[in-house]
Amino acid sequence: MKLLRRIALYAGLTVAAITFIYPFLWMASSTFKPPVEVGSLALIPHDFTLDNYRTMWARAPFGRALVNSTFVATTITLAVLVFGSMTAYAMARLNFRGRPALNAATIAVLMVPGQLTLIPLYTLIVQLGWVDTYAALIVPYLFNATAILMLRQFFLQIPQSLIDSARMDGMSEPRILFTIFWPLSKPVLSIVAIFTFMGAWNEVLWPLLVVREQNLMTLPQLLTVFALGGGAGSVGVSLASAMVLVVPVVAAYAFLQRNFIESMAGSGIKG
Amino acid sequence: MRAEQKTASLMAGPYAAFLLVFAVYPIAFALVLVFLQWDLVTAPTFAGADNIRLLVHDGRFWSAVANTFVFLSIHVPLQIITALALALALNRQLVGRSFWRAAFFLPVVISGAVVAILWSNLYATDVGLINHLLVKIGLSPVPWLTDPRTAMPAIAVMVTWKNVGFYVIIYLAGLQYIPRSCQEAIEIEGASAWQRFRYLTLPSLLPQTILVVTLSTINGFQLFIEPYVMTGGGPLRRTYSVVLYLYNNAFAYQKMGYAATIGVALALIIGIVVFAQRRLIGKAEAL
Repeated sequence: MKLLRRIALYAGLTVAAITFIYPFLWMASSTFKPPVEVGSLALIPHDFTLDNYRTMWARAPFGRALVNSTFVATTITLAVLVFGSMTAYAMARLNFRGRPALNAATIAVLMVPGQLTLIPLYTLIVQLGWVDTYAALIVPYLFNATAILMLRQFFLQIPQSLIDSARMDGMSEPRILFTIFWPLSKPVLSIVAIFTFMGAWNEVLWPLLVVREQNLMTLPQLLTVFALGGGAGSVGVSLASAMVLVVPVVAAYAFLQRNFIESMAGSGIKG
Repeated sequence: MRAEQKTASLMAGPYAAFLLVFAVYPIAFALVLVFLQWDLVTAPTFAGADNIRLLVHDGRFWSAVANTFVFLSIHVPLQIITALALALALNRQLVGRSFWRAAFFLPVVISGAVVAILWSNLYATDVGLINHLLVKIGLSPVPWLTDPRTAMPAIAVMVTWKNVGFYVIIYLAGLQYIPRSCQEAIEIEGASAWQRFRYLTLPSLLPQTILVVTLSTINGFQLFIEPYVMTGGGPLRRTYSVVLYLYNNAFAYQKMGYAATIGVALALIIGIVVFAQRRLIGKAEAL
């Protein structure tokens, strides 16, 4: 009876795992199949072909989009780590006028749904003349309230004696932050880095509003425009373009899955 | 002290400025836009309460809200059941536990745009994998995304599939907080597996369930890329979401005032629904 139960448990888990993994495997294999084979459930292509990738690469600037996405997501992540830490350090460990107000404002900002500010932010970008620029994709994300609160929470737990002795040695506050706090904060920094990067990498609504020039599009946006505009022409081609977006993420996930799960579950972000 | 003040303002000042420009100003300006008519080309004009009046009588807006409730009525219960079931399965002595967990979490890390494109193909009527399977077991194919009755439920199932790994982690965390002594005590009392679940596990997980309900509801109101990619809001506007309507008003029709009004209304609706859910769950718990 007990054995039967265990068998049922593992059978159930296997079925569940297949429903989560199989669609992605099917997607990957379909990109190597000619159009007539795409409808089949088989994972090994009968007539292996790279045509889908050739067509996709020739019809839309996916290489450029990969560069754009990497540049935008990396810049945002670095900014959120560096500027966010500086802000969080001041909010956690320095006394200044306006600190309670800044704290309260940070929490208040998190309670406002993004849809409320979407249009005013868009009109702001238009008025700044930032439509079709990297600035539109990057500047509104340079600081992240969730990241600042997480970093602040972590910085609050670091002993004051470390700061005091560093100050006696004549260290400046930024130096204390980057040479003493940062090495102690690796877990929280990696959590912030992953959810910030993933959020920026997968974001699609904001680029759809502020970028129209194909050469400036990020991957999810170009992929969406390409699939919807009929540019792909076939299932294999549109899935091949999706692979450009998926492969780097799955590769990183395979190595750092623990960190990914902790990070994305902890921050409340769902691509 | 003065030096500290100066350093602090250098370190936190940029963030304060950022908040003013990219958070406080947009929130305030959203409320101003509600009373404006603006196509971004000509100068904005004062519109009084026109946008609000239009919204109240706008059948398209309210049908998008109704569509969201259809979505939520399937998505939220299904999300709770699947996440809870998988979390309970993972909460045992298992071989390869981290593998199972990673498998369930995989769709969470994938972009919503990719998931939407992938599932358009899985749901396709003639060549889709799901219909392929149905035909194999002797059923007739279903036009998932082109039949007005099945389109929104199909999207709700897909979104549940994408996010379930996230909620499994939340439930797993909650399960670790149920004291061992309680579990042993209820077993000694001779409770059946169902009784243990109903009177110990489920009530202990109430905080997690509230979180799942709240987050999946907010997420449901933000539905955009799925209908945008998979159905364009059709068939018969049955999958038209509020954010898709907001996006089209801003981007396709250049009506900034009205789009902002939809945004403000949506924020209010989310606030009211989440508040009402919490009250209801609170009452249900008291019974």
